Amino acid sequence: MELGPALELHEVSKRYGAQWALVRLSLTLRRGASLLLTGHNGSGKTTLLRVLATAVRPSSGTVRVLGTDAGREPDRVRAQVGLLSHANFVYEDLSGLENLEVLARLLGISVSAAPGALERVSLSPKDDRPIRTYSAGMRRRLALARLFLKQPAVALLDEPFVELDPAGVTELEARIRELHAGGTTLVLATHHIQQGLQLCTDRLHLEQGRPIAA
Amino acid sequence: MRLPGLLASTWVLFRKDLLVEWRSRSRINALVFFSLATLLLFSFALGPDTALLRRNAGGYLWLALLLSSVLALGESFRVERENAALEGLRLIPVDSRAIFLSKGIANAVLLAALGLLLIPVLVALLDVRIVLSWGELLALVGLGCLAIAAPGTLYGAIASHARARDVLLPLLLFPILIPALVAAAKGTALVFEGDPMGQFPSWLTLLGSFDVIYWGLGVVLFPRVIEE
Repeated sequence: MELGPALELHEVSKRYGAQWALVRLSLTLRRGASLLLTGHNGSGKTTLLRVLATAVRPSSGTVRVLGTDAGREPDRVRAQVGLLSHANFVYEDLSGLENLEVLARLLGISVSAAPGALERVSLSPKDDRPIRTYSAGMRRRLALARLFLKQPAVALLDEPFVELDPAGVTELEARIRELHAGGTTLVLATHHIQQGLQLCTDRLHLEQGRPIAA
Repeated sequence: MRLPGLLASTWVLFRKDLLVEWRSRSRINALVFFSLATLLLFSFALGPDTALLRRNAGGYLWLALLLSSVLALGESFRVERENAALEGLRLIPVDSRAIFLSKGIANAVLLAALGLLLIPVLVALLDVRIVLSWGELLALVGLGCLAIAAPGTLYGAIASHARARDVLLPLLLFPILIPALVAAAKGTALVFEGDPMGQFPSWLTLLGSFDVIYWGLGVVLFPRVIEE
């Protein structure tokens, strides 16, 4: 039996006050695919990722993630989706390992997986400094380690290359490829179009919340 | 992957909240000094009438705790706002009721510890005596701090979205807490001065009822508050 698409959006719109961030967007993405989102600042990329992650509700339209209606069963969608966002979702006063251990316990997986997730993004589990002492690049790596720990079926990556040095960008590309090779469906929003095109098979260009032929 | 249940999630988050508080001990120190300063200021403001000071000691204790609670509650949601940690919890997904319960209990524990620290200060400063048992005083402090923490956590979450959050939290919280404050202050006065009319259980029951209502409301309403 063939499984349905990973993402299905039908006539999805999102309005913040008088400003439309997404306008009647429809989209279907098959499981295991990789979609590059491009567009200028304010074109709706982040809003689209946040709608898919169920961080915000669309003003109208329906979103289905892996066959589940995101409006009706947001927690079921959240359990299968990982969002790498501008915010890192971490506690500044805890170390990287402590942050991941809290996440592991809340995910119901063994805390012994946490050190491995840190090592996978070249962070040391023995580093007991609080996150507030981390550089921007280290924070980005920790956010990626959170994603590896969760192992989501759908990964939503919002500007993952920001604040990384060239070596960090190369390493992150390799980690994203690993994630995708493991069967994870990818949606990647970035201004680094060359990197994005190398990682993704499909592309959606947004302008003022509307899809435009790139 | 099988997500943990409500109690297991609450326990994990409660431990996390206490660990974050412990790591940022400067905030705890500020809270202790603020509550001590409040007690001292009440004493100075009313002058050297020791009988009056002793009679009102219960009220001073609870006003000091109430004013300190605004700092503690605001701070507990500042930690969650930083790096959008609260949104991160929602997207794991964590049961929103577990977030409310863990944060509420952690706030109550912090306030109760502060209350236990202030009682010896009251004894030394205002020469009050514990006439009823320590057990009754501890029950009162526990229920009183739970009474502040439940609506405080709910309104703390609401205020954390607002621009004028530091002003909004006491504006929302203080009127709601009047019955609990009266019950806690009256009950504490009876602990310090004796209870010949046997009124203490009534004040304790009032506090307990307040707790049941507001913890129940918090569990129901908090998920709606933290969703978009």
